Amino acid sequence: MDAYGLLDVLGQDWVTEARAEVARRPGAIGRHFASAGRRAGRAPLDGAPGWRADEAARALLLAALPPEDLTERVAVLYAEGTADEKLAVLKALPLLPVGAEAVLLLRDAIRTNDARLLRAALGPSARHLDQAAWRQAVLKCVFTGVPLDGVHGLDERADAELAVMLAGLAGERAAAGRAVPADAAALLDRLTQQKEARCASSTRTST
Amino acid sequence: MRIFDPHIHMTSRTTDDYRRMAAAGVRAVVEPAFWLGQPRTNPGSFADYFDSLLGWEPYRAGLFGIRHHATIALNPKEANDPRCRPVLDLLPRYLDKDGVVAVGEIGYDSMTPEEDDAFARQLALAIEHDLPALVHTPHRDKARGTRRTLDVAAESGIPPGRVLVDHLNELTVEIVKESGCWMGFSIYPETKMSPPRMVEILRRHGPERVLVNSAADWGHSDPLLTLETARAMLDAGFDADDVDRVMWSNPVEFFGQSGRLDLSGADQPEPAFQGSSILRGGS
Ligand SMILES: [Zn+2]
Repeated sequence: MDAYGLLDVLGQDWVTEARAEVARRPGAIGRHFASAGRRAGRAPLDGAPGWRADEAARALLLAALPPEDLTERVAVLYAEGTADEKLAVLKALPLLPVGAEAVLLLRDAIRTNDARLLRAALGPSARHLDQAAWRQAVLKCVFTGVPLDGVHGLDERADAELAVMLAGLAGERAAAGRAVPADAAALLDRLTQQKEARCASSTRTST
Repeated sequence: MRIFDPHIHMTSRTTDDYRRMAAAGVRAVVEPAFWLGQPRTNPGSFADYFDSLLGWEPYRAGLFGIRHHATIALNPKEANDPRCRPVLDLLPRYLDKDGVVAVGEIGYDSMTPEEDDAFARQLALAIEHDLPALVHTPHRDKARGTRRTLDVAAESGIPPGRVLVDHLNELTVEIVKESGCWMGFSIYPETKMSPPRMVEILRRHGPERVLVNSAADWGHSDPLLTLETARAMLDAGFDADDVDRVMWSNPVEFFGQSGRLDLSGADQPEPAFQGSSILRGGS
């Protein structure tokens, strides 16, 4: 969903007015961004799956920033943000003209112990993460019980190395009499089948 | 029984404490910014601390269905350290934020001129940001310190109904009651204030504008003394409505004046991520 779609679903006039102010005077975003929770409320938005009202309001404020120093402002709002504010920045990234610079924010979010931030960091913007960092983040999801359905493009990006790591975790868990979450076990199955299929086809071509 | 602990330093408590508090009926807490035992030497240390009060702690509390809010301030003790004074310039940014329901803890520790200045400036910030104020009273020279606290608060122009004066006892309750400010009592193991003494104060002064907290921190303290006080109230013949007033409605009313108290979902653990590693012990 783009910013206009989100604005429509949210349907709060103050956001439209605040966006106009932010576009004229970017420094005005601070107070609007900080108070967006109590102004917009925190209810999930029916017309925008995965978005809460406060997150949508904050994302729309960010999307109203002029492009010139947008990346720096977004980085500061993230760095100085509460958990809710950080979450909104991460969710907003796909709506913003922020490129590979987003990677510092993603890495910060992945380092935290807040499952919501970890999950949000693995949205579409995670394409900026290198493969090693991405694998570690996915493994951390499995370890901490964060569902993998939030990982953007999971099957396209999951590779043999991730399979090795998942198998290792599954082995440790089994030794402790515990299982990995069902979605991780299923991913490991798919990766194992792909590998077997590849081995079988390479065996065929070599004979 | 539902309990709102309006003064507890969860930063210093373990995740197991959250679990025990939730089991005891604690559904909401306010964590005031205070000092950490070890003096801080630069404003950045405070920024990280404030960020944790508005990030990590609400998250940790939410895993147990406890709503967590914070009060933000430069505490009286560290207001005396010139290296920490620039924290006052950081405050406006924090006082705009959603999870902040008061300016605090402010007030006096040793009643120095530096404390006078920081107290007055932060009362002005409370007015400017439309927030109530949580005021700590000194543990030494308490009676005179409390009187001076009330004078300075009155001078600032903040309405008394938006001021909570904390850590009171039998000798300081009367003047705070007369002032129109709210009265906070911190229940400690052994020292300062106990559940039976608290019940006696409630018997004498009634439950109006009275808040009870555990003030639990890194020192000798117990986050379940709110529950113990509630039980002592029932044993002494107070009815369930009186208990609910002191343990829930009064803090809701006081901090609700901020317009930022959000108790939706209190009592419901965060639905997702129940396997989160902090419930099991870190990753
Ligand atoms: Zn305290």
